[in-house]
Amino acid sequence: MPGYSNRELIIATIADLLDGIRHVAVGASSPMPAAGAMLLRARNEMAKRERVRISILGSEEHNFFTNGGVELFDCTAQGRVDAFFLGGGQIDGEANINLVGTGDYPQTEVRWPGCFGSAFMYYLVPRVILFREEHSPRVFVPKVDYISAPGVSDGIVRPGGPHAMLTGMALFDFDKQKKRFSLRSVHHGYTAADVRAATGFDYDEPAVVPETKAPSAENLSILRGRVTEELSESYPAFADMLRGERKEAA
Amino acid sequence: MGEIVSLEELAAEVAPGCKLAVPADYCGVAMSATAAIIANRPNNLHVVCVPVTGIQGDMLIGEGLVGTLETSAVTLGEAGGAPRFQDAVRKGAFKLMDATCPAVHSGLIAAQKGVPFLPIRGIIGSDLLKTRTDWKTIQNPFSDDEDPIIVVPAIQPDVAIFHAPEADRFGNVRIGRRRELLTMAQAAKATIVTVERISEESLLKTEDSAAGVLPALYVTKIAVAPRGAWPLPLWGEYGVDTAEIARYAAMARTPEGFAAYMDGFARRLREAA
Repeated sequence: MPGYSNRELIIATIADLLDGIRHVAVGASSPMPAAGAMLLRARNEMAKRERVRISILGSEEHNFFTNGGVELFDCTAQGRVDAFFLGGGQIDGEANINLVGTGDYPQTEVRWPGCFGSAFMYYLVPRVILFREEHSPRVFVPKVDYISAPGVSDGIVRPGGPHAMLTGMALFDFDKQKKRFSLRSVHHGYTAADVRAATGFDYDEPAVVPETKAPSAENLSILRGRVTEELSESYPAFADMLRGERKEAA
Repeated sequence: MGEIVSLEELAAEVAPGCKLAVPADYCGVAMSATAAIIANRPNNLHVVCVPVTGIQGDMLIGEGLVGTLETSAVTLGEAGGAPRFQDAVRKGAFKLMDATCPAVHSGLIAAQKGVPFLPIRGIIGSDLLKTRTDWKTIQNPFSDDEDPIIVVPAIQPDVAIFHAPEADRFGNVRIGRRRELLTMAQAAKATIVTVERISEESLLKTEDSAAGVLPALYVTKIAVAPRGAWPLPLWGEYGVDTAEIARYAAMARTPEGFAAYMDGFARRLREAA
Protein backbone atom coordinates (compact mmCIF):
# COMPACT_ATOMS: atom_id res chain seq x y z
CA MET A 1 0.00 0.00 0.00
CA PRO A 2 1.51 3.31 -1.03
CA GLY A 3 -0.40 5.32 1.61
CA TYR A 4 -2.43 7.29 -0.94
CA SER A 5 -5.16 6.48 -3.44
CA ASN A 6 -4.92 6.76 -7.22
CA ARG A 7 -7.35 9.72 -7.06
CA GLU A 8 -5.18 11.48 -4.47
CA LEU A 9 -2.16 10.93 -6.70
CA ILE A 10 -3.98 12.41 -9.69
CA ILE A 11 -5.12 15.44 -7.68
CA ALA A 12 -1.59 16.10 -6.37
CA THR A 13 -0.20 15.70 -9.92
CA ILE A 14 -2.72 18.24 -11.21
CA ALA A 15 -1.58 20.69 -8.52
CA ASP A 16 2.03 20.23 -9.68
CA LEU A 17 1.06 20.70 -13.35
CA LEU A 18 -0.69 23.95 -12.43
CA ASP A 19 2.25 25.32 -10.41
CA GLY A 20 2.92 28.97 -11.29
CA ILE A 21 -0.52 29.87 -12.63
CA ARG A 22 -2.71 32.63 -11.22
CA HIS A 23 -6.13 31.88 -12.71
CA VAL A 24 -7.61 28.52 -13.65
CA ALA A 25 -11.11 27.79 -14.92
CA VAL A 26 -12.71 24.41 -14.21
CA GLY A 27 -16.02 22.90 -15.26
CA ALA A 28 -18.91 22.42 -12.85
CA SER A 29 -18.68 18.65 -13.40
CA SER A 30 -14.88 18.38 -13.09
CA PRO A 31 -14.16 17.67 -9.41
CA MET A 32 -10.63 16.27 -9.89
CA PRO A 33 -9.25 19.34 -11.72
CA ALA A 34 -11.02 21.54 -9.15
CA ALA A 35 -9.43 19.54 -6.32
CA GLY A 36 -5.96 19.93 -7.89
CA ALA A 37 -6.49 23.68 -8.27
CA MET A 38 -7.70 23.96 -4.66
CA LEU A 39 -4.64 22.05 -3.44
CA LEU A 40 -2.36 24.46 -5.30
CA ARG A 41 -4.27 27.44 -3.93
CA ALA A 42 -3.98 26.16 -0.35
CA ARG A 43 -0.29 25.32 -0.48
CA ASN A 44 0.60 28.59 -2.24
CA GLU A 45 -1.22 30.44 0.50
CA MET A 46 0.71 28.56 3.19
CA ALA A 47 4.03 29.19 1.40
CA LYS A 48 3.06 32.87 0.89
CA ARG A 49 3.37 32.41 -2.87
CA GLU A 50 1.20 33.90 -5.66
CA ARG A 51 -2.54 33.85 -5.09
CA VAL A 52 -4.46 31.32 -7.20
CA ARG A 53 -7.91 32.23 -8.45
CA ILE A 54 -10.29 29.40 -9.38
CA SER A 55 -13.37 30.00 -11.51
CA ILE A 56 -15.86 27.16 -11.26
CA LEU A 57 -18.02 27.46 -14.35
CA GLY A 58 -21.75 27.30 -13.75
CA SER A 59 -21.31 27.81 -9.99
CA GLU A 60 -23.19 30.71 -8.45
CA GLU A 61 -20.80 31.08 -5.52
CA HIS A 62 -17.36 30.33 -6.94
CA ASN A 63 -17.57 32.38 -10.08
CA PHE A 64 -16.79 36.09 -10.16
CA PHE A 65 -17.92 36.68 -13.76
CA THR A 66 -20.67 39.28 -14.18
CA ASN A 67 -20.91 39.44 -17.97
CA GLY A 68 -22.66 36.16 -18.69
CA GLY A 69 -21.42 33.05 -20.46
CA VAL A 70 -19.29 35.01 -22.92
CA GLU A 71 -17.01 36.39 -20.20
CA LEU A 72 -14.97 33.18 -19.81
CA PHE A 73 -14.12 33.34 -23.51
CA ASP A 74 -13.40 37.07 -23.51
CA CYS A 75 -11.29 36.67 -20.37
CA THR A 76 -9.40 33.84 -22.08
CA ALA A 77 -8.86 35.80 -25.29
CA GLN A 78 -7.46 38.67 -23.18
CA GLY A 79 -4.89 36.25 -21.75
CA ARG A 80 -6.36 36.26 -18.25
CA VAL A 81 -7.00 32.51 -17.99
CA ASP A 82 -3.73 30.63 -17.45
CA ALA A 83 -4.96 27.07 -17.32
CA PHE A 84 -7.92 24.95 -18.40
CA PHE A 85 -8.79 21.24 -18.64
CA LEU A 86 -10.10 19.42 -21.67
CA GLY A 87 -10.96 15.77 -22.20
CA GLY A 88 -12.59 13.88 -25.00
CA GLY A 89 -14.47 10.76 -25.90
CA GLN A 90 -11.48 10.09 -28.15
CA ILE A 91 -7.94 11.52 -28.03
CA ASP A 92 -5.33 10.59 -30.63
CA GLY A 93 -1.52 10.58 -30.81
CA GLU A 94 -1.43 14.09 -32.31
CA ALA A 95 -3.48 15.35 -29.35
CA ASN A 96 -6.58 15.92 -31.46
CA ILE A 97 -9.69 15.67 -29.28
CA ASN A 98 -13.16 14.46 -30.22
CA LEU A 99 -16.17 15.56 -28.17
CA VAL A 100 -18.71 14.91 -30.94
CA GLY A 101 -19.04 11.18 -31.58
CA THR A 102 -17.87 8.01 -33.29
CA GLY A 103 -18.49 7.01 -36.90
CA ASP A 104 -19.24 9.21 -39.88
CA TYR A 105 -20.34 12.74 -39.10
CA PRO A 106 -23.05 14.04 -38.95
CA GLN A 107 -24.97 10.77 -38.47
CA THR A 108 -22.54 9.50 -35.84
CA GLU A 109 -23.28 6.08 -34.37
CA VAL A 110 -22.45 7.21 -30.84
CA ARG A 111 -23.13 10.89 -30.29
CA TRP A 112 -21.57 12.83 -27.40
CA PRO A 113 -22.80 16.25 -26.27
CA GLY A 114 -20.69 18.40 -28.62
CA CYS A 115 -17.62 20.62 -28.84
CA PHE A 116 -18.61 23.11 -26.10
CA GLY A 117 -15.85 25.76 -25.98
CA SER A 118 -13.02 23.37 -26.91
CA ALA A 119 -12.53 24.77 -30.43
CA PHE A 120 -11.56 28.04 -28.76
CA MET A 121 -10.07 27.24 -25.35
CA TYR A 122 -7.57 24.65 -26.70
CA TYR A 123 -5.91 27.38 -28.76
CA LEU A 124 -6.09 30.35 -26.43
CA VAL A 125 -5.31 29.04 -22.95
CA PRO A 126 -1.51 28.74 -22.50
CA ARG A 127 -1.64 25.71 -20.23
CA VAL A 128 -4.32 23.24 -21.32
CA ILE A 129 -4.13 19.93 -19.48
CA LEU A 130 -5.76 16.99 -21.20
CA PHE A 131 -7.37 14.95 -18.48
CA ARG A 132 -9.15 11.64 -18.92
CA GLU A 133 -9.32 9.17 -16.05
CA GLU A 134 -10.32 6.20 -18.23
CA HIS A 135 -7.17 4.95 -19.94
CA SER A 136 -8.28 2.51 -22.64
CA PRO A 137 -7.84 1.84 -26.38
CA ARG A 138 -11.37 3.10 -27.06
CA VAL A 139 -10.40 6.54 -25.69
CA PHE A 140 -6.78 6.73 -26.87
CA VAL A 141 -7.25 5.93 -30.55
CA PRO A 142 -4.85 6.08 -33.54
CA LYS A 143 -7.00 8.78 -35.18
CA VAL A 144 -10.07 10.54 -33.82
CA ASP A 145 -13.29 10.22 -35.86
CA TYR A 146 -13.93 13.95 -35.52
CA ILE A 147 -11.54 16.77 -34.64
CA SER A 148 -13.39 19.06 -32.23
CA ALA A 149 -10.10 20.86 -31.61
CA PRO A 150 -6.67 20.02 -33.06
CA GLY A 151 -3.60 19.32 -30.92
CA VAL A 152 -1.39 21.22 -33.32
CA SER A 153 -2.41 24.04 -35.66
CA ASP A 154 0.39 25.51 -37.74
CA GLY A 155 0.45 29.03 -39.17
CA ILE A 156 -1.95 30.73 -36.78
CA VAL A 157 -1.36 33.37 -34.14
CA ARG A 158 -2.28 31.35 -31.05
CA PRO A 159 -1.77 27.69 -32.01
CA GLY A 160 -2.42 26.21 -28.57
CA GLY A 161 -2.35 22.49 -27.88
CA PRO A 162 -1.80 20.55 -24.68
CA HIS A 163 0.71 21.29 -21.92
CA ALA A 164 0.47 17.70 -20.66
CA MET A 165 -1.92 14.76 -20.60
CA LEU A 166 -2.91 13.03 -17.39
CA THR A 167 -4.86 9.76 -17.16
CA GLY A 168 -5.72 7.26 -14.48
CA MET A 169 -2.55 5.34 -15.38
CA ALA A 170 0.08 7.79 -16.51
CA LEU A 171 1.36 11.28 -17.22
CA PHE A 172 2.48 12.33 -20.73
CA ASP A 173 4.31 15.31 -22.18
CA PHE A 174 3.51 16.56 -25.67
CA ASP A 175 6.08 17.73 -28.22
CA LYS A 176 4.39 20.29 -30.48
CA GLN A 177 7.16 20.10 -33.11
CA LYS A 178 7.12 16.34 -33.37
CA LYS A 179 3.33 16.20 -32.82
CA ARG A 180 3.86 13.33 -30.46
CA PHE A 181 3.29 12.36 -26.85
CA SER A 182 6.03 10.96 -24.66
CA LEU A 183 5.45 9.04 -21.48
CA ARG A 184 6.74 11.01 -18.50
CA SER A 185 5.74 8.69 -15.66
CA VAL A 186 3.48 5.82 -14.70
CA HIS A 187 1.24 5.87 -11.61
CA HIS A 188 1.89 3.49 -8.72
CA GLY A 189 0.41 0.07 -9.45
CA TYR A 190 0.92 0.24 -13.22
CA THR A 191 3.82 -0.55 -15.55
CA ALA A 192 4.96 1.03 -18.81
CA ALA A 193 3.74 -2.14 -20.54
CA ASP A 194 0.24 -1.67 -19.04
CA VAL A 195 0.15 1.85 -20.47
CA ARG A 196 1.36 0.66 -23.88
CA ALA A 197 -1.32 -2.04 -23.98
CA ALA A 198 -4.08 0.41 -23.05
CA THR A 199 -3.07 3.09 -25.57
CA GLY A 200 -4.20 2.87 -29.20
CA PHE A 201 -1.58 5.29 -30.55
CA ASP A 202 2.21 5.26 -30.64
CA TYR A 203 4.28 7.53 -28.38
CA ASP A 204 7.85 7.98 -27.18
CA GLU A 205 9.08 6.33 -24.03
CA PRO A 206 12.32 6.64 -22.07
CA ALA A 207 14.41 3.49 -21.46
CA VAL A 208 13.45 3.62 -17.80
CA VAL A 209 10.00 5.01 -17.03
CA PRO A 210 9.79 6.58 -13.56
CA GLU A 211 6.84 6.25 -11.22
CA THR A 212 4.65 9.37 -10.93
CA LYS A 213 5.85 11.46 -7.99
CA ALA A 214 4.04 10.39 -4.82
CA PRO A 215 2.16 13.15 -3.00
CA SER A 216 4.08 14.42 0.03
CA ALA A 217 2.71 13.92 3.53
CA GLU A 218 2.04 17.65 3.71
CA ASN A 219 0.10 17.62 0.43
CA LEU A 220 -1.95 14.65 1.54
CA SER A 221 -2.77 16.35 4.80
CA ILE A 222 -3.96 19.55 3.03
CA LEU A 223 -5.92 17.48 0.55
CA ARG A 224 -7.62 15.39 3.23
CA GLY A 225 -8.38 18.40 5.37
CA ARG A 226 -8.97 21.84 3.88
CA VAL A 227 -9.36 20.80 0.22
CA THR A 228 -11.96 18.11 0.97
CA GLU A 229 -13.92 20.71 2.98
CA GLU A 230 -13.74 23.21 0.11
CA LEU A 231 -14.76 20.54 -2.39
CA SER A 232 -17.89 19.67 -0.48
CA GLU A 233 -19.35 23.10 -1.28
CA SER A 234 -19.37 22.60 -5.06
CA TYR A 235 -18.87 18.84 -5.43
CA PRO A 236 -20.55 17.25 -2.38
CA ALA A 237 -20.85 13.75 -3.89
CA PHE A 238 -17.18 13.71 -4.86
CA ALA A 239 -16.03 14.94 -1.43
CA ASP A 240 -18.05 12.17 0.21
CA MET A 241 -16.45 9.63 -2.12
CA LEU A 242 -12.93 10.80 -1.18
CA ARG A 243 -13.84 10.49 2.52
CA GLY A 244 -15.27 7.01 1.88
CA GLU A 245 -12.11 5.85 0.07
CA ARG A 246 -10.04 6.97 3.03
CA LYS A 247 -12.20 5.08 5.51
CA GLU A 248 -11.84 1.93 3.44
CA ALA A 249 -8.07 2.32 3.25
CA ALA A 250 -7.78 2.93 7.00
CA MET B 1 -43.62 46.47 -25.66
CA GLY B 2 -43.37 44.22 -22.62
CA GLU B 3 -47.08 43.38 -22.79
CA ILE B 4 -48.25 41.02 -20.04
CA VAL B 5 -50.26 38.16 -21.54
CA SER B 6 -51.34 34.57 -20.86
CA LEU B 7 -48.90 31.69 -21.30
CA GLU B 8 -50.91 30.50 -24.34
CA GLU B 9 -50.75 33.91 -26.00
CA LEU B 10 -47.02 34.06 -25.34
CA ALA B 11 -46.43 30.60 -26.82
CA ALA B 12 -48.31 31.58 -29.99
CA GLU B 13 -45.38 33.87 -30.88
CA VAL B 14 -43.39 30.76 -31.85
CA ALA B 15 -44.58 30.06 -35.40
CA PRO B 16 -43.59 27.14 -37.68
CA GLY B 17 -40.14 27.62 -39.25
CA CYS B 18 -39.19 30.25 -36.70
CA LYS B 19 -35.58 30.76 -35.60
CA LEU B 20 -35.84 30.34 -31.83
CA ALA B 21 -33.04 31.25 -29.41
CA VAL B 22 -32.96 29.41 -26.07
CA PRO B 23 -30.50 29.80 -23.17
CA ALA B 24 -28.37 27.19 -21.36
CA ASP B 25 -29.78 25.32 -18.35
CA TYR B 26 -28.11 27.61 -15.76
CA CYS B 27 -29.54 30.76 -17.30
CA GLY B 28 -33.31 30.42 -16.82
CA VAL B 29 -35.05 28.10 -19.31
CA ALA B 30 -38.75 28.70 -19.99
CA MET B 31 -39.98 25.14 -19.44
CA SER B 32 -43.67 25.96 -18.77
CA ALA B 33 -43.69 27.95 -21.99
CA THR B 34 -41.98 25.04 -23.78
CA ALA B 35 -44.95 22.82 -22.86
CA ALA B 36 -47.32 25.50 -24.18
CA ILE B 37 -45.28 25.77 -27.41
CA ILE B 38 -45.30 21.98 -27.87
CA ALA B 39 -49.12 22.04 -27.53
CA ASN B 40 -49.23 24.33 -30.61
CA ARG B 41 -46.93 21.99 -32.57
CA PRO B 42 -44.97 24.57 -34.59
CA ASN B 43 -42.76 22.41 -36.82
CA ASN B 44 -39.47 22.97 -38.66
CA LEU B 45 -38.09 25.19 -35.89
CA HIS B 46 -34.49 26.40 -36.18
CA VAL B 47 -33.36 26.23 -32.58
CA VAL B 48 -30.30 28.33 -31.68
CA CYS B 49 -28.88 27.18 -28.33
CA VAL B 50 -27.08 29.92 -26.41
CA PRO B 51 -24.67 28.26 -26.42
CA VAL B 52 -25.89 24.77 -25.36
CA THR B 53 -29.16 23.08 -24.44
CA GLY B 54 -30.47 20.24 -22.29
CA ILE B 55 -33.91 18.83 -21.57
CA GLN B 56 -35.71 21.69 -23.38
CA GLY B 57 -33.93 21.05 -26.68
CA ASP B 58 -34.25 17.30 -26.24
CA MET B 59 -38.03 17.64 -25.77
CA LEU B 60 -38.48 19.80 -28.87
CA ILE B 61 -36.41 17.27 -30.85
CA GLY B 62 -38.37 14.32 -29.44
CA GLU B 63 -41.63 16.01 -30.44
CA GLY B 64 -40.32 16.26 -34.01
CA LEU B 65 -40.55 20.05 -34.04
CA VAL B 66 -36.89 20.80 -34.85
CA GLY B 67 -35.81 21.27 -38.48
CA THR B 68 -32.40 22.75 -37.68
CA LEU B 69 -30.36 22.56 -34.50
CA GLU B 70 -27.56 25.08 -33.98
CA THR B 71 -25.70 24.25 -30.78
CA SER B 72 -22.33 23.74 -29.09
CA ALA B 73 -23.63 20.77 -27.08
CA VAL B 74 -26.76 18.95 -25.92
CA THR B 75 -26.53 17.22 -22.54
CA LEU B 76 -28.65 16.38 -19.52
CA GLY B 77 -25.63 17.08 -17.29
CA GLU B 78 -25.26 14.57 -14.47
CA ALA B 79 -28.21 12.58 -15.85
CA GLY B 80 -26.10 11.80 -18.93
CA GLY B 81 -26.57 12.19 -22.68
CA ALA B 82 -29.72 13.64 -24.26
CA PRO B 83 -31.53 10.54 -25.59
CA ARG B 84 -33.89 12.06 -28.17
CA PHE B 85 -31.05 14.20 -29.54
CA GLN B 86 -28.74 11.17 -29.87
CA ASP B 87 -31.44 9.14 -31.59
CA ALA B 88 -32.37 11.95 -33.99
CA VAL B 89 -28.70 12.52 -34.89
CA ARG B 90 -28.30 8.83 -35.77
CA LYS B 91 -31.36 9.02 -37.99
CA GLY B 92 -30.38 12.36 -39.54
CA ALA B 93 -33.76 13.72 -38.47
CA PHE B 94 -32.77 17.38 -38.70
CA LYS B 95 -30.09 19.69 -40.06
CA LEU B 96 -27.28 19.74 -37.52
CA MET B 97 -25.21 22.91 -37.13
CA ASP B 98 -22.58 21.96 -34.56
CA ALA B 99 -20.85 25.03 -33.11
CA THR B 100 -18.47 26.06 -30.35
CA CYS B 101 -19.73 28.22 -27.47
CA PRO B 102 -17.88 31.49 -28.17
CA ALA B 103 -18.89 31.36 -31.86
CA VAL B 104 -22.57 31.33 -30.89
CA HIS B 105 -22.00 34.28 -28.58
CA SER B 106 -20.10 36.09 -31.36
CA GLY B 107 -22.90 35.54 -33.89
CA LEU B 108 -25.47 36.99 -31.49
CA ILE B 109 -23.20 39.89 -30.56
CA ALA B 110 -22.83 40.70 -34.28
CA ALA B 111 -26.63 40.85 -34.60
CA GLN B 112 -26.80 42.90 -31.39
CA LYS B 113 -24.44 45.42 -32.97
CA GLY B 114 -26.17 45.31 -36.35
CA VAL B 115 -22.97 44.23 -38.14
CA PRO B 116 -22.84 41.28 -40.60
CA PHE B 117 -20.11 39.23 -38.86
CA LEU B 118 -17.60 39.10 -36.05
CA PRO B 119 -14.04 37.71 -36.06
CA ILE B 120 -13.10 35.02 -33.56
CA ARG B 121 -9.82 33.28 -32.69
CA GLY B 122 -9.39 29.51 -32.54
CA ILE B 123 -11.48 27.07 -34.66
CA ILE B 124 -8.93 26.79 -37.54
CA GLY B 125 -8.08 23.10 -37.98
CA SER B 126 -11.27 21.91 -36.30
CA ASP B 127 -13.63 19.66 -38.28
CA LEU B 128 -16.36 22.16 -37.41
CA LEU B 129 -15.20 24.13 -40.46
CA LYS B 130 -15.98 21.20 -42.77
CA THR B 131 -19.71 21.55 -42.18
CA ARG B 132 -19.97 25.13 -40.93
CA THR B 133 -19.42 26.51 -44.41
CA ASP B 134 -21.15 29.69 -43.23
CA TRP B 135 -17.99 30.38 -41.17
CA LYS B 136 -15.21 31.90 -43.30
CA THR B 137 -11.46 32.18 -42.90
CA ILE B 138 -10.14 35.63 -43.79
CA GLN B 139 -6.78 37.38 -43.55
CA ASN B 140 -6.63 39.85 -40.66
CA PRO B 141 -6.94 43.09 -42.71
CA PHE B 142 -4.85 44.99 -40.15
CA SER B 143 -1.83 42.69 -40.21
CA ASP B 144 1.10 42.73 -42.65
CA ASP B 145 1.93 39.17 -41.62
CA GLU B 146 -0.06 36.14 -42.54
CA ASP B 147 -2.82 35.98 -39.94
CA PRO B 148 -5.83 33.86 -40.84
CA ILE B 149 -8.87 34.37 -38.63
CA ILE B 150 -12.42 33.00 -38.63
CA VAL B 151 -15.43 35.24 -39.11
CA VAL B 152 -18.90 34.06 -38.10
CA PRO B 153 -22.10 35.57 -39.50
CA ALA B 154 -24.61 37.45 -37.35
CA ILE B 155 -27.30 35.27 -35.77
CA GLN B 156 -30.63 37.06 -35.71
CA PRO B 157 -33.28 34.89 -34.04
CA ASP B 158 -36.94 35.53 -34.85
CA VAL B 159 -37.78 34.88 -31.23
CA ALA B 160 -35.70 34.67 -28.05
CA ILE B 161 -37.34 32.96 -25.07
CA PHE B 162 -36.25 32.60 -21.43
CA HIS B 163 -37.50 32.47 -17.85
CA ALA B 164 -36.55 35.08 -15.23
CA PRO B 165 -37.40 35.73 -11.59
CA GLU B 166 -39.19 39.02 -12.03
CA ALA B 167 -40.63 41.61 -14.38
CA ASP B 168 -42.31 44.88 -13.44
CA ARG B 169 -45.72 45.93 -14.73
CA PHE B 170 -43.96 48.20 -17.25
CA GLY B 171 -42.37 45.22 -19.00
CA ASN B 172 -38.81 45.54 -17.67
CA VAL B 173 -37.22 42.18 -16.80
CA ARG B 174 -34.58 41.40 -14.18
CA ILE B 175 -31.78 39.29 -15.74
CA GLY B 176 -29.08 39.79 -13.08
CA ARG B 177 -25.65 38.86 -14.32
CA ARG B 178 -26.99 36.52 -17.04
CA ARG B 179 -25.91 39.01 -19.66
CA GLU B 180 -26.33 36.58 -22.56
CA LEU B 181 -30.07 37.11 -22.06
CA LEU B 182 -29.58 40.78 -22.89
CA THR B 183 -27.54 39.84 -25.96
CA MET B 184 -30.18 37.32 -27.07
CA ALA B 185 -32.99 39.85 -26.63
CA GLN B 186 -31.17 42.66 -28.43
CA ALA B 187 -30.19 40.32 -31.27
CA ALA B 188 -33.69 38.85 -31.73
CA LYS B 189 -36.62 40.35 -33.60
CA ALA B 190 -38.94 39.47 -30.72
CA THR B 191 -38.33 38.39 -27.12
CA ILE B 192 -40.81 36.51 -24.97
CA VAL B 193 -40.21 36.00 -21.27
CA THR B 194 -41.90 34.03 -18.51
CA VAL B 195 -41.39 35.18 -14.93
CA GLU B 196 -42.05 33.99 -11.40
CA ARG B 197 -43.81 37.25 -10.51
CA ILE B 198 -44.69 40.77 -11.62
CA SER B 199 -43.76 43.67 -9.35
CA GLU B 200 -45.79 46.85 -9.05
CA GLU B 201 -42.71 49.00 -8.63
CA SER B 202 -40.50 49.82 -11.62
CA LEU B 203 -37.23 47.88 -11.74
CA LEU B 204 -35.64 51.03 -13.15
CA LYS B 205 -36.50 53.03 -10.03
CA THR B 206 -33.03 53.09 -8.45
CA GLU B 207 -29.49 52.63 -9.79
CA ASP B 208 -29.16 49.41 -7.80
CA SER B 209 -32.41 47.89 -9.03
CA ALA B 210 -31.82 49.00 -12.64
CA ALA B 211 -28.45 47.21 -12.93
CA GLY B 212 -29.03 43.82 -14.50
CA VAL B 213 -32.39 44.75 -16.05
CA LEU B 214 -33.48 44.09 -19.62
CA PRO B 215 -35.53 47.19 -20.53
CA ALA B 216 -39.07 46.76 -21.89
CA LEU B 217 -37.88 48.20 -25.22
CA TYR B 218 -36.49 44.75 -26.08
CA VAL B 219 -39.31 42.68 -24.58
CA THR B 220 -42.30 41.68 -26.70
CA LYS B 221 -44.46 39.63 -24.36
CA ILE B 222 -44.34 38.49 -20.72
CA ALA B 223 -46.35 35.76 -19.01
CA VAL B 224 -46.38 34.71 -15.37
CA ALA B 225 -45.31 31.08 -14.85
CA PRO B 226 -44.57 30.19 -11.21
CA ARG B 227 -41.68 27.70 -11.03
CA GLY B 228 -41.60 28.15 -14.79
CA ALA B 229 -38.08 26.71 -15.21
CA TRP B 230 -38.93 23.42 -13.43
CA PRO B 231 -37.37 20.83 -13.49
CA LEU B 232 -34.40 23.07 -14.36
CA PRO B 233 -33.07 25.57 -11.81
CA LEU B 234 -33.66 29.29 -11.68
CA TRP B 235 -30.71 31.37 -10.46
CA GLY B 236 -31.24 32.87 -7.04
CA GLU B 237 -34.65 31.15 -6.71
CA TYR B 238 -34.60 27.34 -6.79
CA GLY B 239 -32.30 24.46 -7.64
CA VAL B 240 -32.51 21.72 -10.23
CA ASP B 241 -34.92 18.82 -9.64
CA THR B 242 -32.29 16.12 -10.13
CA ALA B 243 -34.71 13.22 -9.66
CA GLU B 244 -37.06 14.57 -12.33
CA ILE B 245 -34.24 15.06 -14.87
CA ALA B 246 -33.05 11.51 -14.14
CA ARG B 247 -36.63 10.26 -14.61
CA TYR B 248 -36.78 12.00 -17.98
CA ALA B 249 -33.36 10.63 -18.98
CA ALA B 250 -34.49 7.07 -18.23
CA MET B 251 -37.92 7.31 -19.89
CA ALA B 252 -36.80 9.22 -23.00
CA ARG B 253 -34.45 6.40 -24.03
CA THR B 254 -37.26 5.02 -26.21
CA PRO B 255 -39.81 6.96 -28.29
CA GLU B 256 -42.60 5.23 -26.35
CA GLY B 257 -41.11 6.16 -22.99
CA PHE B 258 -40.63 9.72 -24.19
CA ALA B 259 -44.28 9.92 -25.31
CA ALA B 260 -45.39 8.60 -21.92
CA TYR B 261 -43.23 11.19 -20.14
CA MET B 262 -44.56 14.04 -22.27
CA ASP B 263 -48.14 12.90 -21.69
CA GLY B 264 -47.96 13.91 -18.09
CA PHE B 265 -45.42 16.73 -18.39
CA ALA B 266 -47.81 19.68 -18.71
CA ARG B 267 -49.88 18.36 -15.81
CA ARG B 268 -46.83 17.91 -13.57
CA LEU B 269 -45.70 21.43 -14.46
CA ARG B 270 -48.99 22.74 -13.08
CA GLU B 271 -48.57 20.59 -9.96
CA ALA B 272 -44.98 21.77 -9.46
CA ALA B 273 -46.19 25.37 -9.61
